Amino acid sequence: MQQAIFIILALLTLGAALMTVITRNLLRAALWLVATFFGIAAIFILLRAEFLAVAQILVYVGAISTLIIFAIMLSRGIMDPDQVRFNGQWGVVGGFAALLFVVLAVIVTRVPWPAAAGGAPVGDAPADAIARLGAAFVGPYAIPFEVASVLLVVAMIGAIIIARERE
Amino acid sequence: MVPLSWYLILAAALFCIGVFGALARRNAVGILMGIELMLNAVNINLVAFWRHIGPDQMTGQLFAIFVITVAAAEAAVGLALIIAIYRQRNTVNVEEIDMMKG
Repeated sequence: MQQAIFIILALLTLGAALMTVITRNLLRAALWLVATFFGIAAIFILLRAEFLAVAQILVYVGAISTLIIFAIMLSRGIMDPDQVRFNGQWGVVGGFAALLFVVLAVIVTRVPWPAAAGGAPVGDAPADAIARLGAAFVGPYAIPFEVASVLLVVAMIGAIIIARERE
Repeated sequence: MVPLSWYLILAAALFCIGVFGALARRNAVGILMGIELMLNAVNINLVAFWRHIGPDQMTGQLFAIFVITVAAAEAAVGLALIIAIYRQRNTVNVEEIDMMKG
C-alpha cells in the first residue's frame, strides 16, 4: 500500500520537476516548482518527518516560491513566450544529466547500506521525534542553530542592500 | 514499507533534473529553480537515511533543516542579485551577463 502511494507521489514529483525545467513560460515553471515542493513535502510525511513536511511547505511554498514569482514579475520581458529556453549546450547537459542519473542509480542500488536497502527500516520512528528535534536544537546543536540564525540575518540585510534602488 | 533504495533513486532523479535545469536554462531565475530542485533532492536523501538507518538520532532531520535555512538565504540573495542586474543591464539572460569575462 505504502509502495503504491510512494510510486504515485514520486511520479507526480518527478513530472512536476521535469515541467519546471522544460516549460517555456517562466511563471508556469515557478508554479510547477510549487507542485514539486508539495510532492516533496508528501514524501517527507511518508518518511514520518512531519515537522520537516510543514517546514517545507512554509519555507519553500510560502516564502521561496513567492520570492521567485516576485522576481519574475519585477524583471519584465523574461516571460516573453517566444524566447529561447535553453542555451547552446543543452544537448550535452542533457546527456550528462542522464549519465549522472545512471551512475547514481547504480551506486545507490549496489552499495550495501546498513539498513539493507530492500528491507524495512531499523526500528520505528520515535513518537516524540519533534520533541527530540527541539531538544537537539537547544542542546548539542545550539551553536550551529545560532550560526544559521546569523546567516539568515546577514543574508536578509545583504539582499536588501543589493536590491536597493540607487539614485 | 518503502525500501531505502527507492527514495535514493527518486532523489538521484530529482537531482539530475535540477542539474539539467541549472546548466541548460538561459534565464537566471530558471537556473535558481534548478538549484532549488537539487537542494530538495539532498533533503530527501537526508530524511530517508534518518528514517532507515538512525531514527533514534535526529541528525538527519537537523541537517535537512539547516539545508532549508541555507536555501532560503541563497534564494533571497540570488534573487536580489538578479533584480540588481536586471536594473543595470535590462536582461536576466546569463549569456548576456558577461561583465566579468576577461
